[in-house]
Amino acid sequence: MEMVIFFILAVLAVVAGIAVVAQRSAVRSALFLLLNFCSLAGLYILLNAQFVAMVQIILYAGAVVVLFLFVVMLLGMERAEESPDTRRYQAVAGGLLAVLLLGGVVWALVLAGTGTASATATAGSVRSIGAALVGDFAVPFELASVVLLVAIVGAVVLAKAKLEE
Amino acid sequence: MVPASYYLILSAILFTVGAVGVLIRRNALVVFMSVEMMLNAANLTLLTYSRFLGDVQGQVFVLLVIAVAAAEVAVGLAIVVALFRHEATTDVDEANLLHG
Repeated sequence: MEMVIFFILAVLAVVAGIAVVAQRSAVRSALFLLLNFCSLAGLYILLNAQFVAMVQIILYAGAVVVLFLFVVMLLGMERAEESPDTRRYQAVAGGLLAVLLLGGVVWALVLAGTGTASATATAGSVRSIGAALVGDFAVPFELASVVLLVAIVGAVVLAKAKLEE
Repeated sequence: MVPASYYLILSAILFTVGAVGVLIRRNALVVFMSVEMMLNAANLTLLTYSRFLGDVQGQVFVLLVIAVAAAEVAVGLAIVVALFRHEATTDVDEANLLHG
């Protein structure tokens, strides 16, 4: 049963991922990205990471994709199509490099091995994540909030700069 | 139970699809979406090892990656907006002012 769900979600994620790259229109790419994120959230639940799955839905599917759609639609970027003279050699070279990369990553995985799994994982609970976040990882946690603050200020500065003139 | 290697190979495939998107697409927005997909593939790897090693630290790291990805999207989209205002294009090949 778990295997069936895994394969459904995995195929969904890969197909949606390929569609993101293959779609001409940025709006459709964003919607397929949403499908990709949602199927990954399902996989996270299969991996006993319920909290991360919910964060994935709220933050990626909720905030990031909406941000993409806002930028595409409010600025009318969907009319700014890519010029049709797509350089063929770029696509060919990209495909070749992709095959090389996939082979390299899979080879590395085979070399590393996955070890003998201890299937006793109860590590997904919100309690254990919260304890780790404010315990051992308190400093990175606080630094992440500083990063977000700086990013928000930077984004406002970058996007506003033109309006003042 | 699904073996860990299945998750890892799925994550490798998703990472590769994202890398192809970065390499062959020239719309800056789609390039960003592909980068997000690559980050998600890395997250899947971290969560897989977190699950199969029974350690919560992988999930904490994923949360930090998600925070950094959110910051990256905010700044990146602001840059795309500024580029679009300036050049009226989102083609990454057109953004070559620093080309020299």
